[in-house]
Amino acid sequence: MSEIETAEPVEPRVLSVPRMGLVVLVGVSGSGKSTFAARHFLPTQVVSSDHCRGVVSDDPNDQAASADAFTLLHTIVDIRLRRGLLTVVDATNVQPRARAQLVRIAKDNDVLSTAIVLDVTESVAAARNRERPDRDFGDHVIRRQRRDLKSSLKRLSREGFRKVHVLRGPEEIEAATIELERAWPDRTDLTGPFDIIGDVHGCRAELEELLGDLGYALTRDDEGRPVGARHPEGRTAVFVGDLVDRGPDSPGVLRLVMGMVADGDALCVPGNHENKLVRVLRGRGARLTHGLAETMEQLGRESEEFRARVLEFCDGLVSHLVLDGGKLVVAHAGLKEEYHGRASGRVRSFALYGDTTGETDEYGLPVRLPWARDYRGRAAVVYGHVPTHKAEWLNNTICLDTGCVFGGRLTALRYPERELVDVAAHRTWYEPARPLAPRPPGEGNAADARPRHTLDITDVGVGGARTGMHVDTEHGAVRADGGSTLAALEVMSRFAVDPRWLLYLPPTMAPAPTATEPGLLEHPAEAFTAYRGSGIGQVVCEEKHMGSRAVAVLCRDEAAAERRFVPGELGTVYTRTGRPFFPDPALQAEVVDQLREAVGAAGLWDRLGTDWVALDGEMLPWSAKARSLIREQYASVGAAARAALPAAGAALAAAAGRGVDVGDLAATVERRAGQMEEFSRVYRRYSWDTDGAAGLRYAPFMVLASEGREYSDADHLWHMGVAERLAEVSGLVRSTRYLVVDTTDPDACASAAGWWRELVSAGGEGMVVKPLLGAGARARKGLAQPGLKVRGPDYLRIIYGPDYTEPERLAVLRERRSLGRKTGLAMREHKLGLEALARHARGEPLWRVHEAVFAVLALESEPVDPRL
Amino acid sequence: MLLTITTTATPATDLGYLLHKHPDRAQSFEQSFGTAHVFYPEATDERCTAALMLEVDPQSLLRSRTSVNTPDFALAQYVNDRPFATSSLFTVALGRVFGSALKGRCQARPELARTPIPLTLSLPAVPCRGGADRARALFEPLGWRVAAEPVPLDPGLPGWGDSHYLSLTLTGTMPLSEALSHLYVLLPAMDGAKHYWVDESEIDKLLRAGGATGEDDDGPGWLAAHPERGWITRRYLNRRDRYVRTALARLAEADDRTGDEEADDPAVEDAAAAPDREERGPSLAEQRAGAVLAVLAAERATSVIDLGCGSGRLLERLVRDHTLERITGVDVSTVSLEHAHRRVCRGCHPDGRGRHRDLFADVTGVREEGSGRLPRPELLVGSVVYRDARFAGHDAAVLMEVVEHLDPSRLTAMEESVFGTAQPRVVVVTTPNAEYNRHYEGLPEGAFRHGDHRFEWTRAEFTAWSEGVAERNGYGVRFLPVGPEHPETGAPTQMGVFTR
Repeated sequence: MSEIETAEPVEPRVLSVPRMGLVVLVGVSGSGKSTFAARHFLPTQVVSSDHCRGVVSDDPNDQAASADAFTLLHTIVDIRLRRGLLTVVDATNVQPRARAQLVRIAKDNDVLSTAIVLDVTESVAAARNRERPDRDFGDHVIRRQRRDLKSSLKRLSREGFRKVHVLRGPEEIEAATIELERAWPDRTDLTGPFDIIGDVHGCRAELEELLGDLGYALTRDDEGRPVGARHPEGRTAVFVGDLVDRGPDSPGVLRLVMGMVADGDALCVPGNHENKLVRVLRGRGARLTHGLAETMEQLGRESEEFRARVLEFCDGLVSHLVLDGGKLVVAHAGLKEEYHGRASGRVRSFALYGDTTGETDEYGLPVRLPWARDYRGRAAVVYGHVPTHKAEWLNNTICLDTGCVFGGRLTALRYPERELVDVAAHRTWYEPARPLAPRPPGEGNAADARPRHTLDITDVGVGGARTGMHVDTEHGAVRADGGSTLAALEVMSRFAVDPRWLLYLPPTMAPAPTATEPGLLEHPAEAFTAYRGSGIGQVVCEEKHMGSRAVAVLCRDEAAAERRFVPGELGTVYTRTGRPFFPDPALQAEVVDQLREAVGAAGLWDRLGTDWVALDGEMLPWSAKARSLIREQYASVGAAARAALPAAGAALAAAAGRGVDVGDLAATVERRAGQMEEFSRVYRRYSWDTDGAAGLRYAPFMVLASEGREYSDADHLWHMGVAERLAEVSGLVRSTRYLVVDTTDPDACASAAGWWRELVSAGGEGMVVKPLLGAGARARKGLAQPGLKVRGPDYLRIIYGPDYTEPERLAVLRERRSLGRKTGLAMREHKLGLEALARHARGEPLWRVHEAVFAVLALESEPVDPRL
Repeated sequence: MLLTITTTATPATDLGYLLHKHPDRAQSFEQSFGTAHVFYPEATDERCTAALMLEVDPQSLLRSRTSVNTPDFALAQYVNDRPFATSSLFTVALGRVFGSALKGRCQARPELARTPIPLTLSLPAVPCRGGADRARALFEPLGWRVAAEPVPLDPGLPGWGDSHYLSLTLTGTMPLSEALSHLYVLLPAMDGAKHYWVDESEIDKLLRAGGATGEDDDGPGWLAAHPERGWITRRYLNRRDRYVRTALARLAEADDRTGDEEADDPAVEDAAAAPDREERGPSLAEQRAGAVLAVLAAERATSVIDLGCGSGRLLERLVRDHTLERITGVDVSTVSLEHAHRRVCRGCHPDGRGRHRDLFADVTGVREEGSGRLPRPELLVGSVVYRDARFAGHDAAVLMEVVEHLDPSRLTAMEESVFGTAQPRVVVVTTPNAEYNRHYEGLPEGAFRHGDHRFEWTRAEFTAWSEGVAERNGYGVRFLPVGPEHPETGAPTQMGVFTR
């Protein structure tokens, strides 16, 4: 047996290793694996069996701990690979069984594995081991390991490793360098902009037209055939595959696309049709069905050289592409999130054929599992493969196959603009097996009839290992604990309107800090001071209407409702917890109609360039929604007082008349009676009779959203202007009085305080102070509180109790008024509210909007002093 | 806030002895929730009136951690009628200030305490949602003449009608202690919202005040003989059904009857409300559960998930079926699930003694007991309108009286979650048959059987919906009646059995 004794000068080896994958070092004890690993990889990338032995036994050489050590090692490897991290296993790995386990873990995680063999002689290894006092095992161990290694070397390449590098002798090992290679699908470096084009299927003429519409300039060969296309602004076309079959000119399409790819003007992923074409061109048997016969016939008229180029092109296509920093994935049949950027047989199969059940439907077409419905990834997935009537976003995925070859349309998606551009088929080139038009519900296979906007229980933080929510917003993460999440689940499930309507729930609002002015709990001065202190000079004071919070979502027509919300309806009005504002559907329809009319008459559809709008406001009177609350909790207290206090007064008077000393009880009773009158006056003021919509008033104070945008960047004067415009044209809408105040101007603050006094002494609830710049206004540190409420002293009787103005009561209230929790809650809910609107405006999937909205409801159930 | 007790016995001022309070002095008694004052607006030999006035301090009401038991109104702690109405707080004060009088003890005039005397009791604001009729039904059988005037709600809110308070005047002749014991029991019963949590000792208090402790020589006591005793007991015990059942049973024994007759369990009322009352034999709820179990047995279901299990009345019966390998209960309400847990579990607290762990204290869902076997039943917080992987893996699913609690627009989400995703082999759905409603007296035309019902279907509507669901999701469906079938309207409950 010959061994390499000495090393001659060797050419340094460059070992390529996939950036996302598993590296298995193979070598006897003392072959220098740890040194090698430490030189070429990060310490965190290396998982060593010695280290794992140490972790589970405090002794890195305790062979008795090996079983546990390898369980730990495999767990770490599995987790790292699942997370897409390069992982290097530093263990002898000389036995096939040990390697097989590692290869299996890599396969399970759909990443490639590489073996690097460090082959040194027994004497070198033994010498190194002797230098290490902790390695006290005999040379026979090394001899056995080396025997295993030698028998392994021949079969390594058949064990499932993508690549096997064998380094012989210390010098070669010493000299070798590692080159991390990008995973094939990983083109995150390309940021576009892109024009992603759906299934072409040999429709060359339509493709030329579409490229023209997209702004590409075609180049042609001598025979006038298009062989390239370039966008003047350097955009890149991306083809989702299925260039060939069924259509009139598959070779023409290939010639054009191959030219664009070669020139760097396009990228392309393979479709199942290219995959099959490769098999046929290689001379392997395949049935010439689904339009392949036409392609072969057309290719037959081309040169042998062209057919060879086609084979090379199609064979070289990578299963899918991850683009734009990971924000965009293109795969022919789509791809679930776990497979993004991965490489394995099943990833390729998914990308080419989708997730099929193996069954076929009544048209003989495969039944596909609705992976897109379950998709929750952040990357947009653009795909084709399944001809659909219309390209529509679903959970951040979109299918661009609009059946051009079947007489439909050829569709492109502009990215990042997310605009669709399409051209009509010039004719029906191929009869579809299944009609393209959407079928009425109840027909066809179950998968198609299912609602597209399914929400999963895990979307709202229930059903997983931990209950609770963690929502990433533009302004930081917001958490909701398990208890409040479950409370919200009950309310949302039992009482809320259809979640598709719920694009927003109003956040709670904090009151101004405790007034310094004696006899008061709230006063405008503290709100001005608070904003001034956070660096906000301009604020607007808005009259606070005492009614019930109402969000109105209004659609111009049913098409808008169907596209964006719920088909068959025209709008809704819901409460601050997402319940229908009007339990009576007829009344709801009446109010929605009147508000839609107002929006139309005010010219808002055109002014905002939208066919739907969402408003936040207050519905008056309070008694419209709160009649039973007023009756049971307020008026009843008044009734009991009015019955009991005079009787008590009379009894006391009679006793006093007999000369019994009843102390100051009579005076107390009289004072209570006065307070109760004040108390009753408050709720009476906010109660009036309504008959259907007659008598109702809606005071909008914010435009929340319309198609493609939200309005947190619009200042409050703009919002007030919209409200005034609506009030001018509709008897239902009421405008809001407001006053702009410079918080750095003491006179302005004083006169605003006077204005507030007037409002509240005339029976108003009070006012809300908001940063003039709008809901998105920034303070010195991050987002500003969107508003601080300043309520009038009489109004507060229905909050703190009729007699809260008794000096000793008031003293306690002022002392114990702790705002921190409420203010924090208001800010967290504000972040969620903005996030929900932003997600909705971006057209993000329902579950993403619902997540933020649901979290507002969860936070609303958190315990906080209800009087604030 | 105020009670006046007037007597025209001679000499009327003996009232002072009976109450242990001197007619010429005003006295105050500190309570945890305020101050009780006793004084006499009049005191002559012919006519003597004692007044008990309770000043409630809302602040101390908070401090003493009392609950006014209206969780739907967060501000109820700050804005409530306790300072003015004759509530249970008032009853507590009555028991403390007039404790001896209530027990019928009077050292100075022992015979007077047992003597019936002419009495007039006046209360200006008694909360009583049942109105004047309820007050009469409660007091007249005890020998009172009842004058009950509804208190108007608010002169400033014309058209809003009367409040739920009565100005109540009772006139009769009886020993003072008996009169006070009537108030002591019936005032909180009329109010129905006790300010403190009910515990077992409440039962004794009730029975003692109702004269049924067995030590007395006065017979079974007025409460045991009262025609409204079931209602009074339930209300006094604040609708805590376990206590109610115990108390009712003990009352029945005191009256030499079997406990079964009074098995008017308010928990049974909730599902079918008025309807059940008229029926004889097993209640509709019983029959419904029975029918579901029969279908599950006929379908040879090996595991069952009860979606919308509520307080676990079906689960309780499912767990007794040992052929079932796995039982899961799902509800959207953690409160209901806690009830279900207590119903099916004999005690899971590590300390033993039949105590329970808080199911959702750490809200990470239901944990296993450490042995690795699944708890039986598994209880999950979940919602049928959200798709849920935990629903899968059951042979049969039950939606018993669930669909009618969903808004019609959410039915597709439920369909998707249950029939489309979980796809159990068998799904049993029960729901009211709206056609049958006309047999329920007192249920207005077009009204639903339960306030939370979003719809009630006719048989044709249920059939159409069910067949659509079956067709879309690859199920077959058959229909069965539950409860007595009427030739024209069918049975009160309809059941659809979906199989695939």
